[in-house]
Amino acid sequence: MKAKVGIDERGLRHDGRRPDEMRPVSMRVGVLANASGSAMVEFGKTKVLAAVYGPREPTQRFMVLPEKAILRVRYHMAPFSTAERKNPAPSRREVELSKVIREALEDVIITSEYPRTVIDVFVEVLQADGGTRAAGITAASLALADAGLPMKALVGSVAVGKISGTLVLDVDETEDSAGEADMPVAAAPDLGLITLFQLNGVLTEEEVNRGLSMALKAIEQLVAMQKSVLRQSYEVVEE
Amino acid sequence: MMKTYGQIVLPGDRLDSRVEAERPFVTEVGQEKVATVLGMISQREGKGFFVPLKSIYVPKPGDIVIGLVEAVAATSWNVDINSPYSALLYAQDFLGRSFNPSTDDLYQILKPGEYLKARIFAFDKTRSPLLTVQGEGLGKLIKGAVIDVPPAKIPRIIGKKRSMTALVEEKTGCSLFPATNGRVHVDCPSPELEAVAIMAIKLIEREAHIPGLTERVANFIEEERRRKGI
Repeated sequence: MKAKVGIDERGLRHDGRRPDEMRPVSMRVGVLANASGSAMVEFGKTKVLAAVYGPREPTQRFMVLPEKAILRVRYHMAPFSTAERKNPAPSRREVELSKVIREALEDVIITSEYPRTVIDVFVEVLQADGGTRAAGITAASLALADAGLPMKALVGSVAVGKISGTLVLDVDETEDSAGEADMPVAAAPDLGLITLFQLNGVLTEEEVNRGLSMALKAIEQLVAMQKSVLRQSYEVVEE
Repeated sequence: MMKTYGQIVLPGDRLDSRVEAERPFVTEVGQEKVATVLGMISQREGKGFFVPLKSIYVPKPGDIVIGLVEAVAATSWNVDINSPYSALLYAQDFLGRSFNPSTDDLYQILKPGEYLKARIFAFDKTRSPLLTVQGEGLGKLIKGAVIDVPPAKIPRIIGKKRSMTALVEEKTGCSLFPATNGRVHVDCPSPELEAVAIMAIKLIEREAHIPGLTERVANFIEEERRRKGI
């Protein structure tokens, strides 16, 4: 039996969340010893791993820039991340998401400090249940901070969707496939900067504004959580 | 919210304009001073300083570094100095005389995987850093061990006026050289003492930001030596 998607008579979603409620979020930093920085972020059943390598001199020297570091992002879904096996070759969607994740992070990293180098960010989706790009951006930002790369601010991301005419926060896979619209947003609240704004579907101007404020409010909480996770990695460990 | 002394500071946090900090650990956003890396604010003589807990080593001319030979080129070695930029050490500099490719085999002099202590001779981000081993105490490291630590932790391993290094040296009988690029050379009278010195360095690395470290390190070394009977 398929789960009933929409808002029930109590005003709750198919998984019991209120429209403005996120899935349970968990974050961890320093999960990979070999990477310069790494992080794991879970939005409900969505599980994303981000690893940062560099800044380093690339093997292909032609690609460097004399005045700043280049940010390379690879968003990839593991073949086992979906219910049906996903072809591991990069799809058109993955290439596009790699680009939008890069653009969502580029504005906050101070790349001018490391000219002639590249910073590699690998975003690996281990389990996909909707909102993978948002979880990916959140994880990548955390991994960059863990790597010690100078950043003007941390970036958080979440998607707002529309189901049965109601705006809902942090859509999962079930809601995404049945919903009327999906609007991923990434922002750096400390800078008051929106670094990603996409919309798939149709929303009125009023809905866009309302959805955006829902997303920004949630991003503030996500960034506060990122900071608390980074802070905890330096907390006093009693012997 | 403005951060005060002793607090952990994160990228994007606003700092008091009086807090002294170097680039790139802080930046200006509008009129405000903003932290760019994870760090903490420490107070010395009534002044606030930003101490980074995460950093990436960028070579500065004059720095003494511990390099790892990566590859042998025609007239030079490529040396990993734990930085985004791989360094160059010319054979002429290492030999202290002109290099003759028909008689000098660079591979026999320095092999990939060997460590050396060198000084950054020149670097300006437009070309690879240039190393020199001309100077006292510089050259190939022939004994002891090299440990990698985050570059941000090196000032803590050194301590005020070299106090922490001196403490570890005194308690273990080893000789320590913490290089600014995040590598520590440890030369000990025995492998057992070397293991204790390495564990003490790892303790400093782990707890660099927690007050009362000197006492903990001293107690740790004494306890380890007593436990191991050395």
